[in-house]
Amino acid sequence: MKVRLRFFASLREIAGKEELEVDVEPGTTAGGLWEEVIDRYPRMSPYTRTLQVAVNQDFAERTQKLQPNDEIVFLPPVSGG
Amino acid sequence: MYEVVHDILDPRKLLLAVSSPKDGAVVTFAGIVRDNNRGKKVLFLEYEAYAEMAAKMMARIGEEIQANWGLSGVAMQHRVGRLNVGETSVLIVVAAPHRDDAFAACDYAINRLKRIVPIWKKEVFEDGEVWVEGPSEKLEVTHP
Repeated sequence: MKVRLRFFASLREIAGKEELEVDVEPGTTAGGLWEEVIDRYPRMSPYTRTLQVAVNQDFAERTQKLQPNDEIVFLPPVSGG
Repeated sequence: MYEVVHDILDPRKLLLAVSSPKDGAVVTFAGIVRDNNRGKKVLFLEYEAYAEMAAKMMARIGEEIQANWGLSGVAMQHRVGRLNVGETSVLIVVAAPHRDDAFAACDYAINRLKRIVPIWKKEVFEDGEVWVEGPSEKLEVTHP
């Protein structure tokens, strides 16, 4: 099934792109998708401990199972204000 | 009013959005770009937002203020793009019948914004640049 990944800030710069459509196995969790992301972009792996996950524009647990067409964003620690 | 915008921020728009005859106090917080951070001279900042989620999380902070203080007169705008020293990056306006609640709720709002609203700033120095990372401890996020 297809899901949509979007990148922001430091992760966008590492990826060199703002978004990516990814094919994942049904049952894949947000955390599982992150493992695939750092396989593709090893420079992102230092964020593993600190990032938050957003699914469909709300915070989600890494254990959340993804659904077709979900929008997933791995959020570096925010620094607005 | 909860928005991520590219234009120069104007507090009058937010004041109009929150003003009500029942409120005797309005507190405005403005975040301003400083010319230094941790001893280094900052040339300018670049702000980037996950805009759709940022607006949603700002609205959630408004809901939290409604739940904690019973206040509905809350407005927030965060600017993105390149911001020079002295420019306003964020505005939060809170109206309340009395000033104590307005100050407390506005303080809550900016602290909460810095934790849960997906916006990032990059500091640009004479000799480089860095994405600033906020605190990374586990968030307590409400799901109304």
